[in-house]
Parts: sequence; C-alpha cells; structure tokens
Amino acid sequence: MTLDPLLLSRLQFAWVIAWHILLPAFTIGLASYIALLEALNFATGRDVYFRLSSFWTRIFAISFGMGVVSGLVMPFQFGANWSRFSDATANVLSPLLTYEALMAFFLEAAFLGVLLFGRRLVPAWAHLVAALMVAVGTLLSAFWILAANSWMQTPAGYEVIDGRFFPQDWLKIIFSPSFPYRLLHTVVAFYITTSFVVLGVAAFYLRRGRFIEEARNMLSMTLWLLTVLVPLQIFIGDRHGLNTFQYQPAKIAAIEARWDTLSGAPLTLFAIPDEAKESNRYAVDVPYLGSLILTHDVHGNVRGLREWPPEERPPVAIPFFAFRVMVGIGLLMLALIVVSWWMRAGRRLYDSVWFLRCCEAAMPLGFIAVLAGWTTTEVGRQPWTVYGVMRTADSVSPSLTGQDVLISLAGYGIVYLVIFPVGVALMARLVRIGPLGIGLQPEPIESGRPDLPVRALPTAEPEALP
Amino acid sequence: MSVPILDFVPIWTLILGLGVFFYVLLDGFDLGVGILYGFTANRVSRNLIMNSIAPIWDGNETWLVLGGLGLFAAFPLAFAIIIPAVYFPILGMLLALAFRGVAFEFRYRDAPHRTFWDYAFSIGSALATFSQGIVLGAFIQGFEVSGRNFAGGSLDCFTPFSIWTGISLMFGYGLLGAGWLILKTQGELQEWARRLGRWCFFGVLLAIAVVSALTPVLELDIAFRWFSWPNILFLSPIPILTLLVAIWEWRSLNNRSEVGPFVGALVLFLLCYLGIAISLWPMIVPYKFTLWEAAASPNTHAFLLIGALFLLPIILMYTGWSYWVFRGKVRADIGYH
Repeated sequence: MTLDPLLLSRLQFAWVIAWHILLPAFTIGLASYIALLEALNFATGRDVYFRLSSFWTRIFAISFGMGVVSGLVMPFQFGANWSRFSDATANVLSPLLTYEALMAFFLEAAFLGVLLFGRRLVPAWAHLVAALMVAVGTLLSAFWILAANSWMQTPAGYEVIDGRFFPQDWLKIIFSPSFPYRLLHTVVAFYITTSFVVLGVAAFYLRRGRFIEEARNMLSMTLWLLTVLVPLQIFIGDRHGLNTFQYQPAKIAAIEARWDTLSGAPLTLFAIPDEAKESNRYAVDVPYLGSLILTHDVHGNVRGLREWPPEERPPVAIPFFAFRVMVGIGLLMLALIVVSWWMRAGRRLYDSVWFLRCCEAAMPLGFIAVLAGWTTTEVGRQPWTVYGVMRTADSVSPSLTGQDVLISLAGYGIVYLVIFPVGVALMARLVRIGPLGIGLQPEPIESGRPDLPVRALPTAEPEALP
Repeated sequence: MSVPILDFVPIWTLILGLGVFFYVLLDGFDLGVGILYGFTANRVSRNLIMNSIAPIWDGNETWLVLGGLGLFAAFPLAFAIIIPAVYFPILGMLLALAFRGVAFEFRYRDAPHRTFWDYAFSIGSALATFSQGIVLGAFIQGFEVSGRNFAGGSLDCFTPFSIWTGISLMFGYGLLGAGWLILKTQGELQEWARRLGRWCFFGVLLAIAVVSALTPVLELDIAFRWFSWPNILFLSPIPILTLLVAIWEWRSLNNRSEVGPFVGALVLFLLCYLGIAISLWPMIVPYKFTLWEAAASPNTHAFLLIGALFLLPIILMYTGWSYWVFRGKVRADIGYH
C-alpha cells in the first residue's frame, strides 16, 4: 500500500485541530468566568470570589499554555501541508487570520502575564482590567477564526481569477452567510462546556464536604447560567441548521442520511448508512419530522444525496453519527438543567447525592459535544476546502511524500499524547488540592498562584550558585 | 479589483521585516535563556532563570505567529513555497516549542517529573533555535521552484551550510539570553551568565565570520553586490560597525556593565539581519520571486494595513507596559519586587 500524502495530511490536520479545539472550548468560557469573579470581588470585596478567581486562574494558566503551543501549530499547517490552498485563498483569508493575531493573541499574551503574576505589582483595578482584556482577547480570537472558517464553508464577497481567490467586498467576506450562526453556536457551546466543568468541580467538593462556600457559589451560579444558555443553544442550533440547509444542503443530507429527495421527509433517529448501496440499514424513522425540523413545515422539501454526483458528496456515516452524539448530549444537558430547577425549588440543590453525582459525571459532556459538532460540520463540508469551489484534493502541498507526512503525523501524535494527558492530570491535581491553595495554607493567595515558583519549590541543601 | 493600484509592498516589507526582527530579538533572548538553563543544575538558579521570562515568553512567541501570518498575508506566494520547503525544520521547531512552552507550568506543577520538564525546557529551546537556524540557512541558499510550488524534496533544506547556520543561531540566541540574565540577575548567577555569554560570544564571532565568507562564495550575485564599486563604499559601514560593536560587546561582558551585553547583542543581531537583507534584496523566495512578484493583491494589503497601522502601536504600548510591570532584578526571596 502506498502512503497517500493527502489522506495523511487530512488525518494530521484533524489530529492537531481536534486537540487544539478542546482548549479554547475551555479557556474562552473560563477567561470570562475569571473576569466575572474578579469584577465581583472588586465590586463586593467578598473573599469567596477572590479565592475562586485565584483557583481558576491557576487552572487557566495550564490550559492556556497548552492552547498557545497547540495553536502555534495551526497557521503553519496551512503552509506546510496545504500550500496550494494557501496560495489560492491567501488574498481573502490571510487578513482574517492576521487580524486574529493582531487583535487577540497579543492582547491575551501581554495581559495574561499581569493576570498570573502581577497581582502584587499593579493596583487592583489594573489587575481587573488585565482579566477583562484576556477575556476580550479570547472572544476576539473566536470572532476572527470563525470568520475564516465560515468563509471556507459559505464563501462570499470574492472573485476567482486564474484559480485564485481575490477579495471584492470585505464585509461580505467577514460576515459570510453562515458566520453569525456559527459564531453564536460555537461561543455559547464553549461557555456551556466551561460551565459544566465548573459545575462538576463544585459537585465534586460538595459530595466530599470540602470548600462548601466556594462549591455552593459555583454550583448555583453555573446552574443559573446554564438555565439560560442550554435552551438558548438549542434555539441557535436550530437556526444554524436552517442556515446550513440553505447554503450546504449536501451536508444536511449527509447528517440526515437522506438519499432521496422527499417532501414530507421523515427524521431518521438511527440507521447504518450504506454508501455503496445508497441506502440505510436498520433505519428507525419518525414520519414527517425531518421536514418539520428542517423547513418548519411537515410537507417541506428535503433534498437527498442522489442529487449530487458521488464525487461531490460528503461521507455520510461520520456526520450522521457525530450529529446524533451532539444533539443527544444537548438533550441530556437540558434534562439535567430541568432537574436542577426542581431541585432548587425543593431546596435540595446542594445535598442530593444522586444529583451531584450526575453533575460530576456531566463534566466532559461539553467537550464531547464540541468535538462531535466540529466533526459534523467539517466532515460534512467535504470534499471541499472552499465550499463548492476548491476541492480538498487540490489543496495539499505537491512537494510532500506520504513518508514525510507519516513522520510528522507520528511526531504530533507522540508529543500531543505526552503533553495533553499530563496537562489534564495536573489540572485534576489542582482541583483535588482545591481553592485554598497548595498545602491548604490559609494565607492569601497572591498573583493567581499560591506563591511564586521560587518560593514554592523546595530548595535543596544550600548549594553554591550555580 | 476595485482598489486603485497603489504599491503597498515597501510598507509591508518594512512591517514584516520589523515583525520578524522583534520575534528574533524577543523570543531569541528567551529561547537563549532556555538553552543556557541546561548548563546549570542548581535549583535556585533554575527557578530564577525561569522566573525571569515566565511572565513574558508567551507574548514573545506571539511575534512568531505574526511573522508566519504576516508572510501569509503580505507575500502569500513566499509562504506557500517556503513553508513546505522547510517542512521538517518547521515540524521540529513546533514540537520543540510545544515541549518548552508547557514546561513553564508543568515543571512547577509536576514536581515528581521536574527533571523531565527541565530537559524539555532546555532541549526544546535548543532544538527550536537550531530549527530556525536551518530555516535561515535554507532561505539564504534558495529554493527549487516550479510554477507556484516548491518542487524540491523535503530533505533538501538540510545542507552543511544550513546546519552551520542552525548552530550559529544557538550561539546567537545564547548570547542574547546571557545578556538578558546579566540584566535581570545579580551576584553569582550574573557572573555565571557573563561566563557563558563570553563562550557564546566566541561562537557568534566564528558564525558571523564563516557565514560572511561563505555566502558570497555560494552566490556570486551576493559577492558582486557587496564588493563591486561603488557599493563597497556604501555598504562598508555594516562590517565596520559590526566589528566595533563586537569589541564593545566583549568589553561589556568583561566589565561591570549590566545593560551593555544585552544591548550589544541586540545591535549585533540588527547588523547581521541588515546584512542578510542587503544580500537577498529584493528576493523573498531566493532566487526566484521578488517581493513584488510574491505580494498579495493591493486590496488585501490595503485592508490589512488599516488595522495594522492602528493596532501595532497599541500592541507595542501594552506589551511595553507588561515588561515595565516586571521590571528590575528577579530575586529568589521576594520574587519580582
């Protein structure tokens, strides 16, 4: 078997982006949460906000560092493995990515140092500003990178000359048809992901009777937030789906495993899509529901995959199942939130063991939903990198051999499998230690860390420097 | 294209040139600090060294993102040819930077494996530097191009010359790092940094000499540019200044000057950078495409320029502020105060 540089490059991109996206999924929400806690501490002077902010800032430091180094990989992927795509799209896409660096990355990086290490060095208001700037930076970053991604999904405002894209209307390029929906859907998803992590940590403490004040604060605040966000997300998701139905109907057909064009199409709850036979096996259908969801009309017309020639169809099984994972998790989340209203009304929110157990178990749900959603939208837009115009197969760097990419894929594989599990383990350790600081010292926690590394690390027997 | 044909290439050349130079200086000294870190086993020293760059390394590395994306935005053809041509050095750099970047937090939080993360930090810094040096060497030697694509093999970038530039850059960043540590530390640690700085200085001198001698031999056009009349008259201040700065750098490393070694190393880098720029001008894909041939559309240049001219001064301002917050000596007993 010969090694295919195209397939391997796609695997490599999927690998590095899948790991990377987990970090913004967590840090975008966390940065806003920390800024909120800092603001509440500044406004009320209550110690609990201070302790929580310091606690989550320690965790933020680890996840943000991992986000930086895995994010640095991304722009170089475009050049290294997708040079023909880069050459063709640079005139349109490059300013969006560069604006991300100019507006977001520098802002985050400069103020992160002050947020982590500067509490004793700057006035309280300046520290609050630093927290706010980091949060704003993460949101600006989401804005620009999703603008770039949305343009690739639903390109607009461009012309093609000699196989290369040239800008015509920057507003249309930035605000391409799918962008507002994608931005809202993704940012809300990231906020929900972070909320479920905070919720899980709070439940973890409550079940063990530790850090009660902090845990109650976290549990209550995140459940109120989720009460708003989870139903909102289901609504936004529906609008996003309608937008996709309009601009990327082949993706919807794959998500629904719809082979034939039908009016009054059913919703297929479960099936094994068979791409060779162009049909579904073991299908469980609900009549008319597919048309109702996609067109908001029971007799609405839904196009099937047979309308496109096979070489213009996306894979079917992957978006089909990934979408069901995402929606299933959304419904699970909604169920948990509904239960929480009932628990709150009955004043059992903080001490019902089974409810707290559910909250703990729900901790990874957001991450799984984000990955599933990402898989749905990215596999569903195949075989295109610029939807309907430039094919993935025409995007890869021509100089690469299969061996080259196999080596780099192995490199990313090994390094990420060391860095990410260690990072997660270290964050879990910080959670176990809790919001009072390393070694449970009651002394005030300075600068987002219990102390500077130089004091916290045991220094061995007095050696001569150096 | 609706925008009138205006030539934005010179200003983008300047912005990208400055951006890359900022990167080389800023991440240069913190990568250099990382390399020197491997030469002491003392934990107090290591804590101090780490603390001297912990609050700023992330911002420094952001200039690399800007450099990469700036090339993509301003001269996309160069991006699409050069990055695949240096596939493995880029891979090595990214993986090394990943290890080194997480080591800042992991070393501190993961006490049982501190030794591992210490190695990750110093070896990662060294490998990232070496990889960047290979990219530089390959850039000076030029690329095989067919149409709008790189046409060579992924291993072409590894030549004796590029390996030499890789080693050279390790000495160069080491010298910058030593300068930074002399600035930020005191006592025995500062003395130690001076000692290592002197070793790096010899390496840098040798590196400059060899690269300056080899480049004109490898590319006759470059020899012609430097040694033909009257160019030799206009360009001679660069080698002469380099020599003078080198003497000054050596004296600062040996006397009590705390700022001198860092500033001297900085000026040496600037002069070398100018020297390379003069040698290659106006090529951005040596020796195939000029800056103008590889440039993005004027519309793209204009759209990004509006934001860049507004944002870059702001970036420099708040980055300067964050450096100012952490000014002064880094000390073991009371941290940054």
